[in-house]
Amino acid sequence: MISVRGLTKSYGGTLAVDDLSFDIHPGCVTGFLGPNGSGKSTTMRLLLGLDAPARGSALIDGAPYTALRWPLRSVGAVLEARAFHPGRTARAHLLALAAASALPSRRVEEVLAQVGLADAAGRRAGGFSLGMAQRLGIAAALLGDPGVLLLDEPVNGLDPAGVRWIRDLIRSLAAQGRTVFVSSHLISEMALTADRLLVIGGGRLLADTTVGALTARGGGSLEEGFFGLTEGIR
Amino acid sequence: MEWIKLRSLRSTRWVLAGGMAATVALGVVAGYNTRSVTGDPTSNVLAGVLVGQVVTGVLGVLAMTSEYSSGLVRVTFAAVPRRGLVLAAKAVVFGAVCLVAGEITVVASFLGGIAALRSSVPHPSLGDPAVLRAVLMTGAYLALTGLAGLGTGAILRHGAAAVGVLVGGLFVLPLITGAASRATGKFMPELIAGNSLAAVKPVAGFAWSPWLELGIVALYPAVLLAAGGWLLVRRDA
Repeated sequence: MISVRGLTKSYGGTLAVDDLSFDIHPGCVTGFLGPNGSGKSTTMRLLLGLDAPARGSALIDGAPYTALRWPLRSVGAVLEARAFHPGRTARAHLLALAAASALPSRRVEEVLAQVGLADAAGRRAGGFSLGMAQRLGIAAALLGDPGVLLLDEPVNGLDPAGVRWIRDLIRSLAAQGRTVFVSSHLISEMALTADRLLVIGGGRLLADTTVGALTARGGGSLEEGFFGLTEGIR
Repeated sequence: MEWIKLRSLRSTRWVLAGGMAATVALGVVAGYNTRSVTGDPTSNVLAGVLVGQVVTGVLGVLAMTSEYSSGLVRVTFAAVPRRGLVLAAKAVVFGAVCLVAGEITVVASFLGGIAALRSSVPHPSLGDPAVLRAVLMTGAYLALTGLAGLGTGAILRHGAAAVGVLVGGLFVLPLITGAASRATGKFMPELIAGNSLAAVKPVAGFAWSPWLELGIVALYPAVLLAAGGWLLVRRDA
């Protein structure tokens, strides 16, 4: 469960996120839809305590992220596709994160197998394809078996098989009762993956709805529904 | 976590080993070229730290800035939101590795350099007064330079900029301040290393005890790390 209230953040005078309030519930996939630069990634960083908000709060299961004792056991996140040292092996990258969260090294082997990187675990991650890098990021997110998952643009740049793999994984994680929050600017992908939708534009929340309701609003097209909301907004 | 990160990089091992080898090699050359019978051969054969300090300093910078260049830093801070703790862990792990590597390097430099001395030059031994102190302090100096690099990296977050500032601080700053006043030398780490820490015989202008001078050298990484930690906590990652 994620609760955001009045979240506001600006960078050098430019408002990135403007008085955002929403709840994200467990057991379903919530899509975070908006054009590039609409504040999706900023919201993700604020949720993870990486950036400090000017105003408002972002709570995960009732507590700010930075108050969590072992954050990776509560929240798994993928923000960037290549957020690892290129010279380090996939296994070493995950072992360091496991050590930081007091997780057994057995978990590293489990998530490596889960994302299909068991055979590449001893290779330096700098040589990974984008798809493999994305899998490594997801392995890191799953390491602590968290109840909340935040994925920022997880299908960007993936081939069709990779896109389908992530889509199926996201669906199954939500079916296990986890809170899954996935940002994207790909409307068609959200139509296939998400149940609920938060639409953001210019840093403001434009709609807190479902895929079905927004599709109906667009006369049977999610894309039309989306453009109906975002028209005239940067 | 930081220990796993440090030892899992092949590049770090190679750079450190290469830096150690170059430092020792320079010490051997300096030993062979020592002619003065009244000079300080111990200080001469420790001259390789000129190179060694750049290697530990740059590795210290990279320990922090490489996390920023890849975006790993956001994964690190998401795993451990107490950023001061992350920097402290890096400082302990990296500082310990640099201290061990630094001491091994200076002892090897000393033994290799003394072996290369000409027979006309007096041969100091580790048992002579102040020689062991000079050798070990020089090793500690390498670790302190590494920590200064780590602090600089935490402040600037950009590898090239931090290396520039570090090398400028080590080599250029003494030139500028020295032009203004010769008395500033005893506050410049790079001059302190050569003229006080590594020196068995007191050098003019460095009348203070080598222990006090080591304390002055240690102030640099202490201040840089404190400032870096303060900024890490306050800035967006």
